[in-house]
Parts: sequence; structure tokens; C-alpha cells
Amino acid sequence: MSGFEGTIQLVYVLAAALFVLGLHLMNSPATARRGNQVSMTGMVIAGVATLILLIHDGTVTTTGWIVLIAGTLIGSAIGLYAARTVQMTAMPQLVSAFNSVGGGAAALIAIYDYINSESHAGGVLGSTTVFTLLDVLIGSVTFSGSIIAAGKLQGWIGGQPIIFKGSRLLNVALAVVAVGTAAFMLTTASLPALFIVVLAALGFGVLMVLPIGGADMPVVISLLNAFTGTAVAMAGFVIGNWALIVAGALVGASGGILTKLMADAMNRSLANIIVGGFGTGDSVVAVGAAADAHVRSIAADDAAIQLAYASKVIIVPGYGLAAAQAQHGVAELATLLEDRGIEVSYAIHPVAGRMPGHMNVLLAEANVPYPLLKEMDEINPEFGRSDVALVIGANDVTNPAARRPGNEISGMPILDVDQAKSIIVVKRSMGHGYAGLENELYFDPKTSMYFADAKKAMAELTAAVKTLVG
Amino acid sequence: MSTALVTDLTIFILALLVGIEVIGKVPATLHTPLMSATNSIHGIVLAGALLIGLTAHNTVGYILAFVAAVFASANVVGGYVVTERMLKMFRRKAPEQNSPEMGTALNGHKGLKGILSRADKARSGDSA
Repeated sequence: MSGFEGTIQLVYVLAAALFVLGLHLMNSPATARRGNQVSMTGMVIAGVATLILLIHDGTVTTTGWIVLIAGTLIGSAIGLYAARTVQMTAMPQLVSAFNSVGGGAAALIAIYDYINSESHAGGVLGSTTVFTLLDVLIGSVTFSGSIIAAGKLQGWIGGQPIIFKGSRLLNVALAVVAVGTAAFMLTTASLPALFIVVLAALGFGVLMVLPIGGADMPVVISLLNAFTGTAVAMAGFVIGNWALIVAGALVGASGGILTKLMADAMNRSLANIIVGGFGTGDSVVAVGAAADAHVRSIAADDAAIQLAYASKVIIVPGYGLAAAQAQHGVAELATLLEDRGIEVSYAIHPVAGRMPGHMNVLLAEANVPYPLLKEMDEINPEFGRSDVALVIGANDVTNPAARRPGNEISGMPILDVDQAKSIIVVKRSMGHGYAGLENELYFDPKTSMYFADAKKAMAELTAAVKTLVG
Repeated sequence: MSTALVTDLTIFILALLVGIEVIGKVPATLHTPLMSATNSIHGIVLAGALLIGLTAHNTVGYILAFVAAVFASANVVGGYVVTERMLKMFRRKAPEQNSPEMGTALNGHKGLKGILSRADKARSGDSA
């Protein structure tokens, strides 16, 4: 390593250190923005170092420069446009899309490296090949898998688990082909074999995500995020670049942690999610006692009275709220209640929304101050002291059946909504949640059901409270 | 096993451990921005994409370099911009101009809350 290359490598280490510092600053909402800026600074430094390296080396052809500059400009424009225009409800799709292109780029680096070294006499170095192959495998799976995930979230592909006859067998076959061919390539350099690996891995990615249902998306996105990180780290091994290795490892760790958190919050193992969604296997068994019990419905005026004369209200938002675009309506109602001196807070279950922490962003967008957003462990003891729990578009995460053994959601961590003095559930119908289970909360004598679309319900409630208190 | 490989592996494993330590402290409130931030960090793959240019001297090389550069730059630019956009929305207090209902509190007939709100308004007025 010459002095020049050594210096560049050190600059990459500096960039990597700034990434770590940036992530560290994300441990509080107050410093998170600074963290992102620190991380961005690291990225600019790494970019400039790369540019200097390219210029200094002097082997980039004119066409090469045109290709690189055009590619970067076009990509940046696409990224900028997507980032500026995306709706906050569509964040999971965007993150998925970025996972996809990140993984794709990492795979392309390895593919190029392989083609390039294979075209030279002497073939491929043994130690590089393992990482090259891992990069190609993981990168390709991430690329196609994330496209499918984004398509499902965007509604281009049905959100329901898609399973056709023999799809699992085909998936296993593809995995065997991909890994088997890759193993073969460890001993024999072969370009056609590389294409087989790429195609099989792409197919595997598609078939891996297709059978996964919409509600499991938080886990899938986290997992694909971890994959992308790993692919980038492998690309770092392939080209011997420390910045890629460190950045990839950081992302891999982050994605891994989030995957575990999400899977735990859904009370499902990763294997269970990958193998197939809820409601696809055995027929659903209704919870016995609940089925014939009585449900009490409530009108806007009565609900408004309960809310207006409470001293502590906990709002429990679920994905239904975001789907109905009701977050601004909820925030307006909450502000109205707060102005009456009512203590309002939000109970956020870890899997509320379509990706980790999604609900917090949606409420932040509706100008809800972040100190009011409470995590499950923090808010659960407070339900007992609250007068009204207002459940909007959340279902399975409030079902007390989770505390009992013997059903689909047994053991799932839930919000203790049933501990509140009274409960109002805003819901369009008595339809089931993703677990296909009756929610026992709805049959609780303390519970009133307010059947309406979340957005409409918030407008009606706000109007009713205003009329009530003048 | 070469020294370079051992060095690379050491860096990888240490970075993984640092990542687990640092990420574990991020509150659930920020998990979406966190994922978006790590998304932009893996945009460093752009450096790798650009380095293809060093040895790309034929059509296949150029095509791969181009596609990789498009992918990676979309990733890195989009990632940082959208993370910044999200984090800007996280506020300790609700912004006053956007919620007319706060106005009633500001009129000062709501006891302590009104006084506090007025104090806030005065502070924000000073800093403006």
C-alpha cells in the first residue's frame, strides 16, 4: 500500500467513525438531526476521497468518467425526487426501494470484480471468491426481495400472502441451486455459473417475500435492511475498502436488532414469518366465550362526553389510523382535549405501522410533540390510571387473549388497554385483525364500539367535543 | 489466510459489535428515521460503484459501472434527504402557528397551562 492509498484508506476510516458518531447521536430525538448531519459529513468526505483516488489513479477513461458522472447525476436526481415527494405513510416502500438499489449496487460490484479478474490470466483469488459469492448471493436476494416488498406495500402486488402450488418447493430448489453453484465456483472459475447464481438468487428473493403478509412487513423490511448491510460489507471485502466494511456492518447490526425487536413484538419467530403468513394454514378457531357476547356501540355525542370530562386519555393508534389518513384528525382532537387540561398521551405498540417506529413518524408529521409518544413498557402501567382509552385502528395488539395460552397470539406483548376505566374503539366493522382472531376487548363491558372510518370519526368527535364545551 | 483478510475481518467484527452497542440505545420513537439513516449509510456503496471506473475499459464494464452508480447514488442522496425530512418533524412542543386550538390557551384563562404557553410564546418571540 503506497502512502497515497494509505492516506485515502485513513480518510475512509474517518468517514466510518463519523457514521458511528452519527448513529450514536440518534439515541435521542433532540440530537438525532445533528446525528444525520454528522453521518452526511462522513459520506461527503468518503465521496471526495473516492473522487481524488479516481483522479490520482489516472486510469479512468473519458467514457468511464462520462458513465460515472451521468450515473451519479441521474441516480441523485431520482433519489432526491423520491425523498422530497414521498408521503410519510409510504416511507416503508421508500426504505424498501433504497434497500433494493443498495443491495443491487453491492451485487454489481462483486459481479464486475468477478468478470474483471476472470478475464485476466490466472483467474480468481481464493480468498476474494468467498466474499464475492456471498455478496452476489445476498445482494441479489435483497434486490429482488425488496422490490417485491415495496410492490406489496405500494399495493402493486396483493398484500395477502401469495402462495401457489409448489412455490415452497421451487423456493427451496432455487436456494439449493444458488448456494450449490456458488460452492462449485469456489473451486472452478466460471462466468456462466455466476449468472446461474445471480438468477437463482433473484428468483429466491421474489419467492421469499411473496408469501409474506402485509402485517409482517415490519419484520421483512428490517430483515432486508440487514441483508443490504451485509451485502455492502461483503462488497467492502471484495474491493478491500474499510468504509464499506464498517458501514455495512453497522447497517447489518441495525437491521438485525430491528428484525428481532419486530419479530418479538409480533410473538413470531423469524422462521415462522418467512415460511408463511397468518391465516394461510390451519382454519381459524374463534375464542369460545367471546363469540356470543354482547357488543355495545356508541354515538359521537356520547363518546365526546366521555372524552371531554376525562382527566386522563390515552390514544392507541394502529395501522388503520394511518390507512385512513386520520393522524391529523387525531392530533386536532388531542389538542382540543389538552386545552381543556386533559392529560393526553399516545400508546405506541412496536409494530404499529408498516415498519419499525412508523407510527411515531406519522404522528410527528401531524405535529404531535414526541414526549407524548410513549413506548409500550412506559405506557402500560398508566392505563389503570386513565379514564378513557381511545383505540383507533389497532386490533391484535390490544387483545387480552394474548395473556392466555392456547391461541394464535398467546404470549404476544400487548398494550394493557383493558385496564383503563373505559374504552372507546373506533373501527369500521367487527372485522378481525391479521391474526384472524376475535378481539376480546370489544366484548368487555367497559368497551364502547364507535363504528366509523377513522378520519370521519375524528372529525365527528372533534366537532362533538367543541359543541359540548362551547 | 492473508494479513489483509485478517485485518478486514477484524474491522468487520468490531464494527458489528459497535453497531449492536450503538443501535441498541436508539429509542423506538426513532426507529423509522434510524432505519432510513442506516439506509443512507449503506449508500457508501457508491464509493465502490465509482471505483469500478478504475478498471472498466469495455462496454460490459461501463454498463455495470453506470447501473451501480445510478443505484448507489439514488440510495445515498435519497436516504439522507428523507431522513432529514423526517427528523425535522420531531418536535418537543407542537408548533403554535399550525394549531388554531392552541390560541384559546394563549388567551390566558386556562390557569397554569395558559401562563406556560404564554411564556413559551414570549420565549419563541425573543429568539425570532
